[in-house]
Amino acid sequence: MQVIAKRPESLTKLNFTYCPGCTHGIAHRLIAEAIDELGLRNQMMGVAPVGCSVFAYKFFNCDMAEAAHGRAPAVATGMKRARPDMHVFTYQGDGDLAAIGTAEIIHAANRGEKISVFFVNNAIYGMTGGQMAPTTLPGMKTSTSPYGRDAQDIGYPIQVCELLNSLNAPYYIERVSLLSAPDVMKAKKAVTKAMTYNKENRGFTFVEFVSTCPTNWGMTAVDSLQWAKDNMLPTFKLGMFRDRGAEGGDK
Amino acid sequence: MKVLMKGNEAVAEAAIRAGCRLYFAYPITPQSELIEYMAKMMPKVGGTFLQAESEVAAINMVYGAAGCGRRVMTSSSSPGISLKMEGISYIAGAKLPAVIVNVQRGGPGLGDIAPAQGDYFQATKGGGHGDYHCIVLAPSTVQEFADMASLAFDLADKYRNPAMILSDGLLGQMMEPVEFAEPKTQEEIDKLNEQHKAWMMQPNEDEPNHHHHEINSLEIDPEVLEKHVEGLLEVYKEIEKNELRWEEYNLSDDNEILCVAYGTASRIVKSAVDTLKAEGINVGLIRPITVWPYPYKAIADALHDKIKKVIVFEYNSGQMLEDVKLAVNGKREVEFLGKVGGIVFTPEEAKAKIEENL
Repeated sequence: MQVIAKRPESLTKLNFTYCPGCTHGIAHRLIAEAIDELGLRNQMMGVAPVGCSVFAYKFFNCDMAEAAHGRAPAVATGMKRARPDMHVFTYQGDGDLAAIGTAEIIHAANRGEKISVFFVNNAIYGMTGGQMAPTTLPGMKTSTSPYGRDAQDIGYPIQVCELLNSLNAPYYIERVSLLSAPDVMKAKKAVTKAMTYNKENRGFTFVEFVSTCPTNWGMTAVDSLQWAKDNMLPTFKLGMFRDRGAEGGDK
Repeated sequence: MKVLMKGNEAVAEAAIRAGCRLYFAYPITPQSELIEYMAKMMPKVGGTFLQAESEVAAINMVYGAAGCGRRVMTSSSSPGISLKMEGISYIAGAKLPAVIVNVQRGGPGLGDIAPAQGDYFQATKGGGHGDYHCIVLAPSTVQEFADMASLAFDLADKYRNPAMILSDGLLGQMMEPVEFAEPKTQEEIDKLNEQHKAWMMQPNEDEPNHHHHEINSLEIDPEVLEKHVEGLLEVYKEIEKNELRWEEYNLSDDNEILCVAYGTASRIVKSAVDTLKAEGINVGLIRPITVWPYPYKAIADALHDKIKKVIVFEYNSGQMLEDVKLAVNGKREVEFLGKVGGIVFTPEEAKAKIEENL
């Protein structure tokens, strides 16, 4: 019998706690596959956020720290500085990274910390029940923007890749999506590239996943994929923002 | 060999000698000499100095490094320590050893940059959210400030609990002769790191089946969290049993007054006690050295029949006063001399306070 697909070693045997149709499971798997393929599992430490993926520290089968809300890049900095011989990644959602943890992500990126940050952007706070996120789209209704996000009152969605791309130090920044099978394949390539640079201690690497939240968007899984394509991608444009490791350096 | 040094620099040097190779902090007066000393010296010993973007980030860097089992320290002054309280709660919850230095200044709010003891409640009663304690050491001299760096690391390691050195702007800024312990060798530091092998994050290529270690304070099931916190409470009981420290000064059978003061305030009271002694009046002083755990019993035991009153001296509006009242338990009147706003009482004021109660 030939094994053609199996659970990555870098995931524990626990079942995910995510809602049906949620893309966190895909993001977890891509990261775990990359860790496996690069042979990094026994040199890897991860940092879980506060949000839907708060239990990520139970799901990744490597040493893990659970950070306070938004502080994962600071915690990861402490870990990488304590163990420069090892490799560190964080996994964060949009509220965690782009609201309460804005200072931590910008300064970790600006220092060029040799860590990988994986950012799941689904434009909403999932775990607490669907409140407005820093990446919520103008007009989008959430439980704390019940009349739709009013950009004149509360501002526009924060485009994190664009923001980080204004800094000198980051080594690699790419925005991908998890909205179709080809998109997932592209996302895998981005994750692998980030983790490869991480393995080589090249610098700060950042991958944003444009994702969905069927539960709090009040849609089926399939409808939410289409909704994200139609509504999120115009604001959160997919693509490579910077790849210092590629021919020609910055893009 | 003794050297003349500021308290802020002495505690930094002593921390490095005690094996601290990671230090994360944010500048604030009156502790700036500490962060500057670390910036200068850490690279010379192959350590990490990192000026963080905030005190919040600094304490979370401490959390990450402590999770790797390394001796790690941060320092700040009152407003910055308030910002660190979130992280200190997580460090306590995740059972991590770490050292935090508070060079206290006047508050509340931005307050001023003069010495104060207004963070006593914050330091000794929790400070952040949830049921937890830091081990809190209160130095009164530059020498003791330096010695407590090593002690704080040892206690933090022994109990897997954050330890705080509760100093003040006076001690941070003043210069006194100080003698340092021999610096730990790399071999000794490696051994210190090894003591946390059972729980620390330590990915290891040679152990392909290495057990997954989690650094975490989250237990979503209340029954599990209850057990976790009860485990912390057991540790606190052990600390209370083993680690009480205090100094007794001029205690005798003919004392009619028992003074209680800690930190630099105790030195001013000692001056008053000495002057009174020269005048033929014996008053005693108890100086708590650990302010958590608190030496309640030492104070209760000192209350012999002749003692009429207890007087507490602090640079605040009466915070340790409450612990002294708990220790005295209504058996004597407890008087108080306090100064707020970063004002320090004089030996004459302390003496006058004692005399009016004789």
